Amino acid sequence: MTELLRALGISSLERLRSLGSATIMWLTAMAGLPRRGDLPLLIRQIYTIGVLSLVIIVLSAFSIGAVIALQFYTQLARFGAEDAVGLGLALVLLRELGPVVTALLFAGRAGSAITAEIGLMKSTEQLSSMEMMGVDPLHRIVAPRLWAGLLCMPLLTAIFNVVAIYGGSVVAVSWLGSDPGGFWAGMQDTVELWEDVGKGMLKSLVFAFVVTWIAVWQGYDTEPTAEGIGLATTRTVVMSSVMVLAIDFILTLGMYGDFK
Amino acid sequence: MHMRTIEISVGAFVLAGILAMVVLIVRVSGVTLQTGEESHLVKAEFDDVAGLRVRAKVSMAGVTIGRVSGISVDADYGVAIVEMEINEGAWPLPVDTGAMILTEGILGARYVGLSPGGDPETLAEGEFITNTQGALVLENLIGDLVTRLGAS
Repeated sequence: MTELLRALGISSLERLRSLGSATIMWLTAMAGLPRRGDLPLLIRQIYTIGVLSLVIIVLSAFSIGAVIALQFYTQLARFGAEDAVGLGLALVLLRELGPVVTALLFAGRAGSAITAEIGLMKSTEQLSSMEMMGVDPLHRIVAPRLWAGLLCMPLLTAIFNVVAIYGGSVVAVSWLGSDPGGFWAGMQDTVELWEDVGKGMLKSLVFAFVVTWIAVWQGYDTEPTAEGIGLATTRTVVMSSVMVLAIDFILTLGMYGDFK
Repeated sequence: MHMRTIEISVGAFVLAGILAMVVLIVRVSGVTLQTGEESHLVKAEFDDVAGLRVRAKVSMAGVTIGRVSGISVDADYGVAIVEMEINEGAWPLPVDTGAMILTEGILGARYVGLSPGGDPETLAEGEFITNTQGALVLENLIGDLVTRLGAS
């Protein structure tokens, strides 16, 4: 029994330490606000984090939009309410699926890469040799990735939403023959700039913060072995996904609270 | 890869993202620049607003001319007070304008329908519309029907 309690205490303390030092890492990395010379570093990270995620985002967005439109159409057509496909699609995407799916894909595509890259840098002692040379790895390696993540995620989410809505319109309007006027006008009547578009973007910003923080921290804190890097990469994807879904529920409750 | 290619693709990516945001704002939310437009406040008392929400439509002859900006209850008289913002284009409203709580379709959202009056006198800012009719509550109607059927 005492053994069990001891183990529990040790592991909770370890978790607490991890959270604490992750916070310190984030703060110190972000405190060194980007200076003028950092722009090339940032651009390179936007390229690896954002541009390279674009293909998977666009492909998934198109098929998700198409599938939602298909399901909405078949169900709504039973009530003669096919015109509501457009607004249903737009609201579902802008409020929930856009930010969430983008964040999940982002965690799988970019988050894992960040962790693996930083983990390998650590295990090959590149990070410590940087420190030796008087270059701060937090500033040179960590900060650009955090900034690039915060910058890329809202852009990726916006692209995801637009592609998915057009994907939905291809299915509902061009293929199933729902009325384009009803599709777009119903959407424009109901969708509100801040309430739907703005809050969705806010969500994606929060997700960007969470996912990049977890990814960078897992890489930075990894055990410097091949196995450790593998574990850390898996942990990044699992933790980010769970956190994104849990936080999404809380954010939705807070943002669209009047469900009664 | 050359820095130049990277820079070009990053530029294209950021541009695409910003364009996507513009599309979301203009095409999807069909942004209505009502914030800049002046709107006028009118109030109305209803005996029942069942299901009316803040930001619901206010329409006249099927055209949206404003939004519900606030719903509160007057506990002394047991009535609901609905505040509405009417757009500049539909202002001023005649004093004998009627306000009704209607439903879009059978199960759709509640909105306020205004029926135009003919009085040359017009409502002032913040004045009450007196000619109102509350929401038809389906349960009450069915209850009514059942009692009447039972009585006859």
